[in-house]
Amino acid sequence: MNSLKDNPILKREIIMDHYENPRNNQLIDDENYRKIHLYSSSCLDDIQLQVLISQGVIADVRFEGIACAVATAAASIMSELIKGRSISQAEEIIENYFSMIAQKDYDEQLLKEAVVFEGIGRQVNRVNCATLSWKGLKQLLDEDEKR
Amino acid sequence: MFEIDKIRRDFPMLERTNEGKPLIYLDNGATTLKPDCVIAAVNNYYQNITSNIHRGDYHLAYLADQAYQQAREVVADFINCQSKEVVFTYGTTHGLNQIAYGYGIKNLKKDDEILITVAEHASNILPWYRLAQLTGAKVRFIPLDEKGKITVENVKLALNERVKIVSLTHGSNVLGYISDIKAIAAAVHEAGAILVVDRAQSVPHIKTDVKELDCDFLVFSGHKMGGPTAVGVMYGKYQLLEKMEPLLLGGGMNYRFDIAGQMLFKDAPDRFEAGTPGIEAVLGLKAAIQYLQNIGMDKIALYEKQLKDYAVSEMKKLDNIIIYNPEPDIGIISFNITDQGRVLFGQDVAAYLSKHGLCLRSGNHCAKNLWHHLGTDSTIRCSLYFYNTKKEIDKLIEVLKTATLESCIDVIF
Repeated sequence: MNSLKDNPILKREIIMDHYENPRNNQLIDDENYRKIHLYSSSCLDDIQLQVLISQGVIADVRFEGIACAVATAAASIMSELIKGRSISQAEEIIENYFSMIAQKDYDEQLLKEAVVFEGIGRQVNRVNCATLSWKGLKQLLDEDEKR
Repeated sequence: MFEIDKIRRDFPMLERTNEGKPLIYLDNGATTLKPDCVIAAVNNYYQNITSNIHRGDYHLAYLADQAYQQAREVVADFINCQSKEVVFTYGTTHGLNQIAYGYGIKNLKKDDEILITVAEHASNILPWYRLAQLTGAKVRFIPLDEKGKITVENVKLALNERVKIVSLTHGSNVLGYISDIKAIAAAVHEAGAILVVDRAQSVPHIKTDVKELDCDFLVFSGHKMGGPTAVGVMYGKYQLLEKMEPLLLGGGMNYRFDIAGQMLFKDAPDRFEAGTPGIEAVLGLKAAIQYLQNIGMDKIALYEKQLKDYAVSEMKKLDNIIIYNPEPDIGIISFNITDQGRVLFGQDVAAYLSKHGLCLRSGNHCAKNLWHHLGTDSTIRCSLYFYNTKKEIDKLIEVLKTATLESCIDVIF
């Protein structure tokens, strides 16, 4: 079986699906959630991200915002991938995602649908879009560790 | 006769590519390409007359100083003012900050009013917000008409005895409308206020005559008219320049100072040019102005009008487009592309265009207050200059026809 990353039509369908029907795309008014507001310095992308951490597990991930197809799909895919993972698993996924973006070796199995952005590192002006929500998640987890 | 092929040969960037495709540069509202003569003028300073200005103790320094002062004469001739009314800045933003701070801080008090519009660029809004914070004056917005234009009538309605400064764009960087500055200036003066004009988007395209306009201050940037970056001009009526505090203090702008804290500043324009300026940029700007004058501003305006009319009429034929300013006065067209009725995010479309060599900007174009008026968060902006061609517009149209969510996503693979 060909891997997902070699199938541009399927990759396109996944991105379109996540852009048109983004998952976990509603914020919640709950003080137990950690929040971060992410702005892109180079374009309009403006995403708010919420994460609920409970007993070392990422129990919920939510986001809302105005963003391009790449940024929206990246946030949606991330939210599905991370939800329910332990913090250490999430950190491993994040690390692999950024390796992939940097065109370095990464574990394809771990990233699942997120491999649709495997080539984004060659589109340097879109890297910000594909990493905005991921950087936000990393920042929230780093802050959590310091508590 | 507008010799477009000959003109295009003057711009080395037009030989270049974008993502491997021949460059089609339609982001001239952001910055413009430079003709050979500008690049040569910048080089000439570095290769032949490098030395600082203001201190002609040796012959070379005299040459640099003379070239710099000649540039002031060229600008004065270009906008029809006295050379002592020409202050070199780092650009439009610097000029507006200088006026807001330097004139405003001395001449405004609590409850005075500053009038602007929602169509202004950030650089003609934020300095006034700060002035309001510093003085207790208030910033008020003159309403735009239903098309998004600044009208003389609406300016008159907004004026009252508390208004001290009115600061307006002459050509909106999003909507490309030209305001009737001459009539507005008359109304503003009758109300006892001064008029500041942001002409960043119009000086490069239309003949500018400050005497005719009778505005009090006028600012523009060099890089939007074929000149180097980091140089601009602040024109001010001399009696107003005399009443203005410099924003920057330092070398080159003072006669003397002492340990008791006494300072004696030079007169305008030197008073506003502290520190070593971008000498090569000023000399490049001079070359750019002379280049435009050689072609003729009237010819440039006419050619651009024809090109703009062509672009608008071709774009209107598309069935997947929303144009937010279907009747622009200058070559700025703001639009979005739809796919099955849904508006595509501008950045996705701009990235798709880039794949075909087309350079257009998407976003809010630094006019964040305008978007409520337009009913969208952002647009894609096509902004023209006199080296653009109908053939380039045709290419834009051809590519826009094929822009869909699918095709915009495919370019990332």
